[in-house]
Amino acid sequence: MKIRIKRDSGIIDYNLDLEDITLLEALNSIKTTQDSTLTYSSGCRSSVCGSCSMRVNGKEVLACSYKLKDGDLVEPLKNLPIIRDLIVDMDKAYSFNKKAKAWQSSLSKDIPLTPEDEKINELQSDCILCASCYSACPVYAVNGEFLGPFTLTRMWRYVSDKRELNKKEKIDDIQTNGVWDCTLCNECTLACPQGISSKVDIEKLRFKSSEYGYIDPSFSSGFGFGGTSFDGSPSF
Amino acid sequence: MKNEILVIGAGGAGLVSALYAHEAGAKVKIITKEYPTRSQTCMAQGGINAVLEHSTSDSVEEHIKNTLKSAHGLADEEMVRVLCEEAPEAIRWLDSIGVPFSRTEDGNIAQRKLGGASGSRACYAQDYTGLKILHTLYDRVLASDIEILSERYLLEILKSESGVGGVSVLNIRSGEIEQYPSSSVILATGGYSRVYGSHSTNSKSTSGDGIAVAKRAGVKLLDMEFIQFHPTALKNSAILISESARGEGGYLVNSKGERFTNELASRDEVARAINEQIVSGEEVFLDIRHLGEKFIDEELPQERKLAKLYENIDPVKELVPIKPVAHYTMGGIAVDKDSMTNILGLFAVGECANQRVHGANRLGGNSLLELIVFGKRAGKNAVKFSTEIESNELRENYNLQKIISYKNSLNFYEFRDRLAEIFYTKVGIIRDEKSLKTALSEVEEIKAKLPIMGISDKSKVYNTNFIEFLEFINILDLAEVIIKSAINRKESCGAHFMEVLG
Repeated sequence: MKIRIKRDSGIIDYNLDLEDITLLEALNSIKTTQDSTLTYSSGCRSSVCGSCSMRVNGKEVLACSYKLKDGDLVEPLKNLPIIRDLIVDMDKAYSFNKKAKAWQSSLSKDIPLTPEDEKINELQSDCILCASCYSACPVYAVNGEFLGPFTLTRMWRYVSDKRELNKKEKIDDIQTNGVWDCTLCNECTLACPQGISSKVDIEKLRFKSSEYGYIDPSFSSGFGFGGTSFDGSPSF
Repeated sequence: MKNEILVIGAGGAGLVSALYAHEAGAKVKIITKEYPTRSQTCMAQGGINAVLEHSTSDSVEEHIKNTLKSAHGLADEEMVRVLCEEAPEAIRWLDSIGVPFSRTEDGNIAQRKLGGASGSRACYAQDYTGLKILHTLYDRVLASDIEILSERYLLEILKSESGVGGVSVLNIRSGEIEQYPSSSVILATGGYSRVYGSHSTNSKSTSGDGIAVAKRAGVKLLDMEFIQFHPTALKNSAILISESARGEGGYLVNSKGERFTNELASRDEVARAINEQIVSGEEVFLDIRHLGEKFIDEELPQERKLAKLYENIDPVKELVPIKPVAHYTMGGIAVDKDSMTNILGLFAVGECANQRVHGANRLGGNSLLELIVFGKRAGKNAVKFSTEIESNELRENYNLQKIISYKNSLNFYEFRDRLAEIFYTKVGIIRDEKSLKTALSEVEEIKAKLPIMGISDKSKVYNTNFIEFLEFINILDLAEVIIKSAINRKESCGAHFMEVLG
């Protein structure tokens, strides 16, 4: 089986005698038996640590949960600075969680939550911060200050939780380079290995924003026609 | 000005101790070899034990009793008491910072029963208990404005005249050595299950770095021979199949289709029963077919996905091939009741420490609990040692240049695999003195060859070949300690099972 890997020096082809293996198993085999300079990141092998996100034939995957096919082209994530081979610098993407204050604004004691409350942000709290969504996001590609998919999903996680007692403050923090900058293209949803849709979370945050009196800036600066509808159609 | 507290490691134990040290007024810096949310803590599925007000037919005393029983006499009752008595407050705190626990209809945190527990006391967040706790802690750390330095690999614990003096680390990205002086350092670097290599459920990073580095600095280790084997990992990949698969009614069968043990006995017993079958030439399978597709998809979705991916097996229709593998290390850095090591100002917490709450066999659901309860205590205690220290350059002893210049005549990855085999077959579920002694001499042979199995990648920037070699050196160091401790303990006790050969 042949695998093509985009490295700092260009695309390198490797041949493997193994069949029916995950991409991570292939990378480990190359690293330990063929070329110890091949550089990539991995951890848990079971899709929960978010370390081994990369792209195969242009699509974001976790190397530990992708079954390798002959001739696959493996590349690092997009939109994040490459440190070496398949390793990217996550610092910038992670910094948006802090910038947006993606946490519960104060400690809350003994607020009862039901299974229905739990379901509200169960999926959002499955996020493993692998940054596949930043790689896939066309808005982040052109606006490096866009808070981005996983940060906004995290914001929805906290805003939607009954234990958050100052929802308005959370909403205030995501108005600039935040919810209104998203084009609702859905690429983040397709890239997410955990089945999370940041696009849907952003729509919910928009709705919440409007409850607090915010309106789509492209609507307010328009000429009285157009605007954003919640079905995701563009605002021109 | 007081210097800052250093927390080495950013899993659950590291983040909790950082938060409490910060709350007590200290300046805190977290240093981790990965990124904070990638640690082993994210893999914990089962739950976190606590007897809560609404827990029915259970009591803190029962929790203490179960923990002590599982520990086979090697736990410190006072510490176990602390663990169990402070558990309800630990859960309240996690709830207060927003951990999305699973819930009951009446608005309480849901609880389930794990092995060895007399009551349903494990609080959980679906299949993702560790993940959701870890990420919420991380968000809290961001809220506290605590500095995090990612991708730094611990090289050495530095000493001052009075005690700990700081740490030196390798900046993985730049390849440069960095020194951080401090009179108060908390090690929260995780366990050492990866001494078993691919025969472990753990992340590849669980290489016992902090323990090995501490040992080289003269820190005492305790009960290193106690390693918990999880009965059911996938045969080829060692991916964990949660205990809940058996808890919900799954069977264990051999190649003949016969059941051979009580599936709900304690982890060490079940692991031994499976091992016995494998040694006698049988294959062992988990059979959950009778639970039905609907149930499996609702309760064990991750398991179904992982079995399909790694074994090409659909548990709904087929038997799942399994084997017991190394899962959790009870041994670790010896600490006192304040979580301090024998070096003044140096603390250890979490799986890297031996706080004597697990003894010879850890009770499921107590490891996440330990991170919260003792992370809090370690963080608070560490603040007392955050005094002014001289900012003189501290002397380093660790000779990185020498290691870099090792010849590359042998491939260390082959020896890493060989060490894993030695450990799985001779220092595993069943041990005997003769095999342990053979293992020791084999480990010593490998160690002697280190100077000719150096790295072939000599680049400075993000050299994972080098980091993996340093991890291997740490693992080899600990391998010797584990075997020697095992040889010294002649009697079977919990996870350390000595076979008397006739």
